[in-house]
Amino acid sequence: MESYFHSVTLDEDNCKGCTNCIKRCPTEAIRVRKSKARIIKERCIDCGECIRVCPYHAKKAITDPIEAIESFKYKIAIPAPTLYGQFNNSYTRNRILNGLKSLGFDDIYEVAKAAETVTNATKKLIGKGNFKKPLISSACPAVVRLIQVRFPNLIDNLVKIESPMEVAAIMARTKTMKLQNLAMEDIGVFFITPCAAKVTSIKAPYEKDKSAVDGAISMKDIYLKLLNSMDKNKISVNLEQSGYEGIRWASSGGEALGLGIDNYIAVDGIHSVIKIFEEIEKDRLEDIDFVEALACTGGCLGGPLTVENAYLAKSRLKKHMEEANRVSGKLQSSMQNESDKVKIPLNDDEGLEWTGNIEHRPIMKLDEDIVVAIKKLEALEKINNNLPGLDCGACGAPSCRALAEDIVRGNANETDCIFKLRDRVRHLAIQMSELESKMPPVMDKDK
Amino acid sequence: MDSNSIKLCYHIPGNDFALAGEASSNVKKMLTQLGVNPAVIKRTSIAMYEAEINAVIHANGGIAKVEIDSGKVVIKIIDKGPGIPDIGLAMQEGYSTAPDTVREMGFGAGMGLPNIKRYSDVFEIESEVGRGTTLKIEVWLKV
Repeated sequence: MESYFHSVTLDEDNCKGCTNCIKRCPTEAIRVRKSKARIIKERCIDCGECIRVCPYHAKKAITDPIEAIESFKYKIAIPAPTLYGQFNNSYTRNRILNGLKSLGFDDIYEVAKAAETVTNATKKLIGKGNFKKPLISSACPAVVRLIQVRFPNLIDNLVKIESPMEVAAIMARTKTMKLQNLAMEDIGVFFITPCAAKVTSIKAPYEKDKSAVDGAISMKDIYLKLLNSMDKNKISVNLEQSGYEGIRWASSGGEALGLGIDNYIAVDGIHSVIKIFEEIEKDRLEDIDFVEALACTGGCLGGPLTVENAYLAKSRLKKHMEEANRVSGKLQSSMQNESDKVKIPLNDDEGLEWTGNIEHRPIMKLDEDIVVAIKKLEALEKINNNLPGLDCGACGAPSCRALAEDIVRGNANETDCIFKLRDRVRHLAIQMSELESKMPPVMDKDK
Repeated sequence: MDSNSIKLCYHIPGNDFALAGEASSNVKKMLTQLGVNPAVIKRTSIAMYEAEINAVIHANGGIAKVEIDSGKVVIKIIDKGPGIPDIGLAMQEGYSTAPDTVREMGFGAGMGLPNIKRYSDVFEIESEVGRGTTLKIEVWLKV
């Protein structure tokens, strides 16, 4: 079994060993040891909560530097629509796309355009009607990983269609290979990402062997360069391909609205997603057709690698959507020309479906052997009942119960709990003072 | 009963809907830590949840006693409520004696007992009017 990859990491120099991140992690994946936060690899779902909440900016995501594009002959950028909300509206979408291209790319393919293809495929799936209700969107990789780890009963509810990022990469590659007569290895497709979870999807995909994307460049890294590029270069070619529905995906509710159905729920923020999933597991949402679940509050606009405030970005995105709507008549005709030139094989659903299946990852299991696990669980309950129950985090674990679990797994000691330690010290002190008052009669000079 | 089993006991508060479901939620976590098959965990937690809610709605709360060993989970929900006069009627789908206030909250669809029977491997119910009701739910861990 290969070692598990996740893109969220720690910058040890900045970490102060405070307990902010350990409390927010939805899978209790972080512990503070030797005054630094440590992420338990198998538990991390890359939701980015810790990145958001760290007051010392010690949590980061591994992304590729823009220089990474130089390893390829032909470079394509696929920007997430979240990018458009990062700049004020004096920069039109076309200007942003052209500015991106001038950073060294040969072509741009909007992920928003691929999102529209995914919406159509999802509509068809819903139209067929024979699915387990409610259908859960698989667009957010952190949510899919959350399901693998904490809600395995919901794996069958997932929409098993590739994400817009993958579809964009496949379409961009196919188009380029035909038009430019290039080999697969010469083309580099780079996703401009608002989040860590997508980076992990590229480096270690769960639904197939290899991603169609070669790398991910963080919006934080590219922001200033893009601003400079836009201010310097005034030339522009029409790079706009997607309509307002694709752009809307960046905001929470965008994917669901595009489906044109009434019975849906759009939930954002990982802790809210967990609450809704708990309800689904209790069969309490059977009359809902579709659930859009995004780990970040506000949707991708609230991703940990974005620059702009999510609410401000949302109002800017609206203007881009309105603008897209105004020119949609012209867009329809240019789309026709493009697909006439190149037969893109993804107009039917087959190319879009997951080729592999994702599995339950039972990270919470105490032991492979249930008999041993029962013994460990019993011990855990006993230890937990003995702990103060303050969930203070001073031991480095997010809660007293988590410490009890760590002890049972052999990763911690009861004395890691400072209250337990003080108890012991007090006992020792009492014993010492008792001893101190008892001198052997021969030596006793006090009387 | 195996000597190697874990015994848990939960208090089910009466008429407190905010806390209703805590016991079954807890048991669900335990089963996850034991590595039990997710489908079995789902059946167990729904069956226990329904029994718990019944105790909250109809009996002013009760006690849940759970015993887990390597082969099965046995859940006993014991209450000192009004009791069920006609068990056969209560087991009918759609039949409910839940008050309107409870129905307005989305509960009381009359599917509780039938669902518990459907999801459990062994289901026993004993009740005496004026004394209370005991439900015994058994779910096997091995298919």
